[in-house]
Amino acid sequence: MTFPVLSVIVFTPLTAALIILMIPAQRKTEARGVALAAATFALLLSLWVYIQYLTQHLTGYQFVEKYDWLPMLGISLHFGVDGISAPLVLLTGVVMFTGVLISWGDNNPHVMAGIQDRPREFFAFLFILASGVFGVFASLDLFMLFFFYEIAVFPMYLLIVIWGWIQTREYAAMKLTLYLFIGSVVALVGALAMYWVAGRNTGVYTFDMLQLEKAGFSASFQNLWFLPVFFGFAVLGGIWPFHNWSPDGHVAAPTAVSMFHAGVLMKLGAFAALRVGIMLLPEGAKHWSWVIMLCAGVAVVYGAFIAFVQTDLKYMIGFSSVSHMGLVMLGLSTLDKNGLTGAGVQMFSHGVMTALFFAVTGMIYDRSHTRQIPELGGMNKVMPFAAIGFIIGGLVSMGMPGFSGFIAEFPIFLGVWQSQWLVAVIASISIIITAAYIMMNIRKVFFGKMPEKLEGHMTDVTVLDKVAITTLCVLMIGIGIFPSVMVPMVQTGVQHILTLLGGA
Amino acid sequence: MTTETLIWLIPLPPILAFFLIVLFTNRNKALSHTIAVGAAFLSWLGGMIVFARAIGAPELGREPFASSINWIPTADTWLKIGVLIDPLSAAVLFFVAWTVLMIFLYSVGYHNFGQPKGDHDIAGLPPHGATIEEHGHKHTVPSIEPMYSRFFAFISLFAFGMFTLVVSDNLLTLFVGWEIMGLCSYLLIGFWYGKESARNAAIKAFMTTRIGDVFMLLGIVFIYSATGSLSYHDIFQPQVLHTLASVPTPIFGLSAAGLIGLLLFIGTIGKSAQFPLHVWLPDAMEGPTPVSAMIHAATMVSAGVYMVIRMFPLISLDPHTMTVIAVIGSFTALFAATIAVAQNDIKRVLAYSTISQLGYMIAALGVGAYVAAAFHLITHAFFKALLFLGSGSVIHGMEHGVLHTGDHNVDPQNMFNMGGLRKKMPITFWTFLIGGFALSGFPLLTAGFWSKDEIFTEAFGSGHIVVFVVLALAAFLTAFYTMRQITLTFLGKPRTPAAEHAQETRWTMTVPLIVLSVFAIGYGWVGIPEDFLGLHLNPSWFHEFVGSTLAVMPEAVPFSWIVLGTSLVVALGGLFFGWLVYRNVQSAAEDKLQIPVLKNKYYFDEIYDFLFVKPSYWFAETFVSQWMDKGLIDGILHLFGKVTTGIGSAVRNYVDLLIINRTVGDGTAHITQWAGRNLRPIQSGRIQQYMLASLIILLAIAGLLFYVLVRV
Repeated sequence: MTFPVLSVIVFTPLTAALIILMIPAQRKTEARGVALAAATFALLLSLWVYIQYLTQHLTGYQFVEKYDWLPMLGISLHFGVDGISAPLVLLTGVVMFTGVLISWGDNNPHVMAGIQDRPREFFAFLFILASGVFGVFASLDLFMLFFFYEIAVFPMYLLIVIWGWIQTREYAAMKLTLYLFIGSVVALVGALAMYWVAGRNTGVYTFDMLQLEKAGFSASFQNLWFLPVFFGFAVLGGIWPFHNWSPDGHVAAPTAVSMFHAGVLMKLGAFAALRVGIMLLPEGAKHWSWVIMLCAGVAVVYGAFIAFVQTDLKYMIGFSSVSHMGLVMLGLSTLDKNGLTGAGVQMFSHGVMTALFFAVTGMIYDRSHTRQIPELGGMNKVMPFAAIGFIIGGLVSMGMPGFSGFIAEFPIFLGVWQSQWLVAVIASISIIITAAYIMMNIRKVFFGKMPEKLEGHMTDVTVLDKVAITTLCVLMIGIGIFPSVMVPMVQTGVQHILTLLGGA
Repeated sequence: MTTETLIWLIPLPPILAFFLIVLFTNRNKALSHTIAVGAAFLSWLGGMIVFARAIGAPELGREPFASSINWIPTADTWLKIGVLIDPLSAAVLFFVAWTVLMIFLYSVGYHNFGQPKGDHDIAGLPPHGATIEEHGHKHTVPSIEPMYSRFFAFISLFAFGMFTLVVSDNLLTLFVGWEIMGLCSYLLIGFWYGKESARNAAIKAFMTTRIGDVFMLLGIVFIYSATGSLSYHDIFQPQVLHTLASVPTPIFGLSAAGLIGLLLFIGTIGKSAQFPLHVWLPDAMEGPTPVSAMIHAATMVSAGVYMVIRMFPLISLDPHTMTVIAVIGSFTALFAATIAVAQNDIKRVLAYSTISQLGYMIAALGVGAYVAAAFHLITHAFFKALLFLGSGSVIHGMEHGVLHTGDHNVDPQNMFNMGGLRKKMPITFWTFLIGGFALSGFPLLTAGFWSKDEIFTEAFGSGHIVVFVVLALAAFLTAFYTMRQITLTFLGKPRTPAAEHAQETRWTMTVPLIVLSVFAIGYGWVGIPEDFLGLHLNPSWFHEFVGSTLAVMPEAVPFSWIVLGTSLVVALGGLFFGWLVYRNVQSAAEDKLQIPVLKNKYYFDEIYDFLFVKPSYWFAETFVSQWMDKGLIDGILHLFGKVTTGIGSAVRNYVDLLIINRTVGDGTAHITQWAGRNLRPIQSGRIQQYMLASLIILLAIAGLLFYVLVRV
């Protein structure tokens, strides 16, 4: 029997969460240590999976494990990754690892960066969430996908309400939870419909997605259920006009949670929309792709415009996420090889980039106690390392060649141009706006004059923060310069989707 | 080493230098500049060897040096990165390698290497000077740039971008180099980020060029979806070009080739600062002068023109696009020249002059003069780099005077504060004079004459008389403002004490000036037309060499006395009038050409602010953010919230509390309670009573049974 690597990845955070909860509350360092150890372990394993997939030129679902759970209902614990989900598993590992690093913080009474209040519970909830995320990316069973999906969403509420920004945390946490649960309930209804209809068609009642892919749903069934299923999940991907929970949630959440939230959780929505919506209901996808293209196209420009006028650094990043996730959806809506590949790479690239943005913003906020861009300035002098990190993130965000953003956006634009050139033209406005707000904020926050009340109160980031920033930057530059470490792999996943779409 | 390998290696030393300086040597100034200049030298060496081999190669046009490797996988194939040296890129590589090396060397002196640390210098602001004690008395001397190493790191990265762009064999790598330069331009214009104006100029430059870049990117995307490749070689296949020329598009009735050409050309409008995206370039003079010379004269802005020349086989397919190019180019040439006349800042004059000269090249392409455009591109790069470096040398000399006199109110860049510098700074003067004469097109001797003359000849010969006349007018203005500049700066008597104490700069700055002035004269001679003056000279080497890049060698246009006459009159006339008008002018107040509309650059900044910047803010802030997102979408959400709570409380108050709770729930309880209370007397505890009750019930049941059984 081979080593059940995916189960280990999925359940490592959950186990770690239980262990952490058993540590006495005042022993903060031990709790952090266990968290870091578990995160490192999960990162290494997911990296191993990724490298195996890459170097052995694997295709299709790999590292598959299947354990019956409720055989009478056709539910099993069924794990496996393909070319699209393997990078996302790695992404989760990376965000988890860096999230723990930057939450470690600095317990200097003048700084108090990171999580100093009840770190034990914080890491425990964060890790339950992480298990949920890993589970969604690795699940090949529709029921388990939902199961993990809810596990991923639920701790979010607690994390935001307890450790969040005091001014908006209750509102934001409630808004987020309601949006996501309503979305998933709508999608769940669709999933149950698939379960019954597939069962009736084939005589086998199962939630196994590999079986459901072959269930042969009728075109009218697919056309009816595609939109609810796709949008139900896409809410979590921040699709316009159901994006509003996301910037509020980002802002209210503590730094590591924002990283998870924007970096990974939003990918969960896009990924599930792809896996369940497009892959199980391909005919519906073809029928309705114009609706997605429309919403995504609006999101891309709309998010950029709003980000442009935000004065709160986190809101700026939050809306820029709406814009960039719009690009993911835009890529999905093309249903074309270039567009889908770009969407796959963009999910990874945006995850890393936005995690970096939130990490640096958190470092600034912890020290200056403000996120208002007009009240900040001169950070370059006190935290040059963080400044370089933020600038690299900015370059990725505006699609500079040589960084992962370009590798992702270029194919998306190729795909969109081929299917609807006008949408490509309109979406390209966002490239200009994005450059504008990134440049203006970098100018103000890092190079502007430091306000007097911050003078002397700012300290440099910690070594762990630097490790986190470096890890994230290396990934973005690495993919930017050597796209073949990711693009061909995503393409193998896309190839399978194209087959489902009828070789289109 | 094969030539192909060598070409791959050309861009690498500068990027290595960038990383070395950033990661390791940024605290050691001497080591940092050694690495940067050394890297520039290696690239130069590689460039020269490749150039020599390119000249020696027979049939280079048909069989260029090329090699490529896979980079980004796409749907069916790969986007490649690759290198290509054909006659055009060889010629461009030559000037890029020379100017880059010279500018690197110059920067060492410009940033005051070897001078003491400043008294109050801080990172992000230009050095303010240091006080030293010599022979018992204190005096102020220039101080070294505090971010010296950083400058060399950035400019090395920039050089990498330019070399990558030049040796690229496809549009994608070209775009990569293009964007890297855009980024470096931002970093270097905003190098003194402590100055508000520098920060704003950096953003303006980046954003304005970025607008062009987005169109260019769309053009690239269009080419890729139409042809499935981005390599020049594949795109320029005759059948591909033919298809592109015949496919119609829904926009303006252009063919696919025309639309692609237009999109790419908009990229050039941004990068080469053509009207209407020219506004960033003059502001870009906020950067250190070597940056102005390198980025905003010799290389980066040339990249825009280079790209159009490169894509000429495609762009020239659609006459509409060509007309647009010719109109924009010639208009820009004249329009920028008029603004240059009224500028007083020595660098700003050159900035507008650059815009104008780039307009010449664009106009030349618009009339189909492929070789002439390339020729002017190269000669201009040499003499404009020379002029910028010369102006930097002048500013440096003036700053020395300012520090010496201690009068910091004297702006060392304002030409009206200068005068008489020819005696103080002889090398700078003579080289600047050569550069200025080349720019003006001083006959026979200077490179600028030959390249400009070729553009005139082509425009006239191909029947574009309007373009010819506009360019000739612009040439007159060019000579005029150049002579104005030379007169105000170098001739006459010093007008301020600072100018009196100006000092010649050091060898690291003057040597590049001398080298570049050699090219500013000599490079013109390689392109003397075959039948100049009706003589039968050797065929123009430049024409034969660069022309062979195209599939069909372009015909040389016949010599015309009208063109030569015009060329002589505008150049010499402009120079003469420039001297005549300004020889006795003492202050800006006496300058009759300080017309507000010219001084304010036709109010373009204000117009753009009103037309684009303010509405964008309004759209983003008021419309999208406030109205749409907070108002409509959140409004709907909150409405749902209200409706839900409304329904909730309605149900609670009118259904739950009233009907279910009070009526059904409480009602049941009430009834039960009532019934219990009223039935309580039955529970008396007396046996007899119970027995009686049992008997009655028994009888009743028996009666009922009897009744039922008997009846049935």
